[in-house]
Amino acid sequence: MIEPLWGWPPPVLDPAGPYAEKVTVLAWALFGMGVAVTAIVAAAVWVAIWGPPGLKRKLGGEKAVWIGGIAFPAVVLTVLLVWGLTLTASLTRDITGEEMRIRVTGEMWWFRVEYLDADGSTILQDANEIHLPVDTPVVLELRSADVIHSFWVPHLSGKKDMIPGRTTLLQVEAREPGRYGGVCAEYCGGPHALMGFVAVAHEADEWRNWLEARLPSEAATAAAQAAGRGQELFMDSGCGACHRVAGTEANGLAGPDLTHVGSRLTLGAGILPNNRGTMMGWIGDSQSIKPGNRMPSYNMLSASELQAIALWLEQQE
Amino acid sequence: MWEPLDLPPRSAASGCAILAVLALLCACKPPPTSRYEADPAAARRGFAAIQSAGCGACHEIPGVDWPKGRTGPSLVGFDDIGPIGGQLPNTPENLAAFVRNAPSALPGSTMPPMPLTVADARDVAAYLHGIDDD
Repeated sequence: MIEPLWGWPPPVLDPAGPYAEKVTVLAWALFGMGVAVTAIVAAAVWVAIWGPPGLKRKLGGEKAVWIGGIAFPAVVLTVLLVWGLTLTASLTRDITGEEMRIRVTGEMWWFRVEYLDADGSTILQDANEIHLPVDTPVVLELRSADVIHSFWVPHLSGKKDMIPGRTTLLQVEAREPGRYGGVCAEYCGGPHALMGFVAVAHEADEWRNWLEARLPSEAATAAAQAAGRGQELFMDSGCGACHRVAGTEANGLAGPDLTHVGSRLTLGAGILPNNRGTMMGWIGDSQSIKPGNRMPSYNMLSASELQAIALWLEQQE
Repeated sequence: MWEPLDLPPRSAASGCAILAVLALLCACKPPPTSRYEADPAAARRGFAAIQSAGCGACHEIPGVDWPKGRTGPSLVGFDDIGPIGGQLPNTPENLAAFVRNAPSALPGSTMPPMPLTVADARDVAAYLHGIDDD
């Protein structure tokens, strides 16, 4: 849930990994410089109004303008710019081929997530949730399927735009296991404010288990095919035109992959807790929850039909 | 431009009649009171539980700004709502049992069981019974 983004201290000042720490240092340095410059300007205004005539004359002189108006800002801004770019350069460094890779694609209004192997081919598809091992730098390949989005998980790294037709890179790393909220940080239309995700950091072995349990296997396919009324309704209602559930005939790619939806923490792209009730409410009338999202409200289904579909989706872990 | 209306002069008799009707109306409606006095601390905890369980995905609930789902009934004016699901007497105990596990509290209910502890459920009932929005 994106809940952890609220509260004090704000997540930007509460880093949970080395990349975010750099952003925090930069944020404090810029804030400190801002305070210093404001103090200097306030002092100059005070002198200009109430100061002694000698000081006033100096302040109005050509030398003061050259030093305070041109040399000082030029030096300070150049130093801050070079230092800031150097400090945060590692956030966007190129792929060396050693690191773990995840591709995240911004879509209106959710995040498509693909775990990649060293060659860059997809090994697992998911949505709105990113699972990573602690103390391991992960490089995110950010893309967009439609408009400009921005990927931001403030506890773990800086912000990076997702630009149509391009791949941008962002490094993230978490020091402690935990759940870190993320959001789209670039206005992308209608329900932009309801476009979120969760980054979940696990201990390394736990993460490996998490991944292995989700890699395609016969057992998983059998679970998906444990046919029931819910599955029948899911297929008959046409859900499979937009959603994929591996091991079934549902193979739509327009909406989030639902192969593992039962184990997700949130629904609707990081905005609702995931339980049977919220699943029923989302399917039944997602438009009242996230107005303008691309899934229609299935309000022609009865409550017991919604329940059956929710039950089946719950089992898709 | 505003022009005064041309009202017929009101007779003393009609004035008396209006007063009598007003007096009757006032006598009919006692000052509004909620049927249950909810403990404010419990209601506060209940509100937090409602938010974290996501009840708003299906219900419009006074105090919850977002979401206002329409898959389930609106809970606006809950203090004046009759039996739960049209059948179960709307007592704090029944309501707590219902919000936690509706199908067991009221067989046939289409509301699913919700991830609430027994204590959470009691708090949620306190919040719902504390809604006095009229």
